[in-house]
Amino acid sequence: MRIPQLSLFIDNKPGHLMVPCRLLAEAGINIVTLSLADTKQFGILRLIVREWQRAREVLEAAGLAVAVTEVLAIEVADRPGGLVELLGTFEKAGINVEYMYAFTARLGNRAVLVFRFDDLDAAISALTRAGINPVSPIHLYDRLEEE
Amino acid sequence: MSHAAPAVSDAPAPFHPASSPDYVPREPLGRLQSQRLREVVCRAYERVALYRQRMQKHGVTPAEIRGVEDLPKLPLTVNSDLLDAYPFGMLAVPLGQVLRLHPPTGGTGKPAVVAYTKRDLDVWTEVVVRCLACCGVQRGDVVQNACPPDLFTDGPGLCCAGETLGASVIPISGGDVARQIMVLKDFGVSAICATPSYFLHLVERAEKMGVDLRGLPLRIGAFVAEPWSEALRRRIEDSAGIKAYEIYGLAESIGPGIGAECCHQNGLHLLEDHFFPEIVDPASGEPLPDGQEGELVLTTLSKEAMPLVRYRTRDLTSIFPEPCPCGRTMRRIRRIERHGDEMFVIHGTSVFPAQIEAALLAIEGTLPHYQIVLAREKGLDQVEVQIEVTPQVFTDRVGALESLQTRLAQEIEQTLGIGVAVRLVEPHTIERSHGKAKRVVDKRALGTLP
Repeated sequence: MRIPQLSLFIDNKPGHLMVPCRLLAEAGINIVTLSLADTKQFGILRLIVREWQRAREVLEAAGLAVAVTEVLAIEVADRPGGLVELLGTFEKAGINVEYMYAFTARLGNRAVLVFRFDDLDAAISALTRAGINPVSPIHLYDRLEEE
Repeated sequence: MSHAAPAVSDAPAPFHPASSPDYVPREPLGRLQSQRLREVVCRAYERVALYRQRMQKHGVTPAEIRGVEDLPKLPLTVNSDLLDAYPFGMLAVPLGQVLRLHPPTGGTGKPAVVAYTKRDLDVWTEVVVRCLACCGVQRGDVVQNACPPDLFTDGPGLCCAGETLGASVIPISGGDVARQIMVLKDFGVSAICATPSYFLHLVERAEKMGVDLRGLPLRIGAFVAEPWSEALRRRIEDSAGIKAYEIYGLAESIGPGIGAECCHQNGLHLLEDHFFPEIVDPASGEPLPDGQEGELVLTTLSKEAMPLVRYRTRDLTSIFPEPCPCGRTMRRIRRIERHGDEMFVIHGTSVFPAQIEAALLAIEGTLPHYQIVLAREKGLDQVEVQIEVTPQVFTDRVGALESLQTRLAQEIEQTLGIGVAVRLVEPHTIERSHGKAKRVVDKRALGTLP
């Protein structure tokens, strides 16, 4: 259920975001979803790609600083209050969310969100206790491609 | 990482015959120096207009210079004198006797034209051999020369010298780091010559490629052309399992080959039979006694094509008068961590890049690819230290990187007593010119004057 996420350090300057995107495009690697965290000085580009090892090699070979982190993909009902229920589960368990972003595609009538927790193991057991199963990576990529 | 580092011996290397002049007793050495000085001063006076005019203006004649003790009577020479004489104004021989010319390398504007006669080339090889031997390079060593060929004169000088010493030399310069590492590994390289910043780059890349330099035969690093901190030396030694030595050179005269560290790594032996050192007060130009820090002034005792008389190197150091346990009689100068050209003054405080480098190295995991950018905003000087992010310190969390920036800024501020801004930048984005790190970029002159 753990999904490898690639993070890249990007200077906050025109044209810099394009570099990794072009490298992946040239390698024929599709970006499933992404998010860009930015500060005044730099940005962190976070990417979910299916072939993450190959993507990492391509990016590192180009001299970029790459970090791999495990995140969870969790489905929520795509209606008002859907996300609140899920966040309530984390709050009760005292689980801290570092950051989150969404998949562009939906699975059926459900939205899929990416969560980065400071304590991944604690988050997984809290979710399991609450009867929530994060989406497995293979399942996720296959289903997103079917949609 | 806890790889077992192979033992790198502290013991002196076996004696190399080329090192004999390093051990000449002080008294005959003094006689030789004075004799050579008399000759060089006469030649400079007779053949180089600049020296003649300066000495006349100073009211001193070559006849008054009987020995090295008379050196302070002579006027000092500065870098701009050499540049003014471009291209051949400093030649003391007819061009027909010059066998090699090195053009200025541009950039900082520091290096001038350097010319060599046949004898100068022989002396050049001799002194570089002695420097390499001083660092422990021996016959049978496999020496990788990773100095760029156009980095002043370091490249060709080190190649000739390595071969003369009896080592197998691999000239392989510049950009392609993966190729450097392949050769380092496959050729059983035991000594490498490079700039410290380039070698560091190589170490990082080797780690990434899964090559543990500590498991290779490499045991000596001879580093040239950049001032580097003691902290960086330790980092290099630990990460590569080598002993790292400095070879001192002067681009205006000969490139590397003026002095080198011995196995004790406590100061550089200056090859005084060819280069006579003095230390002067950088402000007044007055000679300072041994042991006191000041600017290194060199007089070339054997250069024919372009002799330098009391040339101000802008390198800050001091002379160690006491003998070295290695037995060499050549006096030592303290390792040069600071070059006058690299010093900058900010809010009335003099700062050297090496001080910032030491502060960066104090924080675990940060690597010293950095550049100091000076700017003026609304009449106020600003210092920004740009540091390349490495995979070791990079994380996906903004907060972690921001707190790293803060810790780095605090560490620098503690060292310098001045507030600086720290900016993390992408790897490999800080300009490296010819494998040589450019540490300070001063944009203040470009802005409006206060």
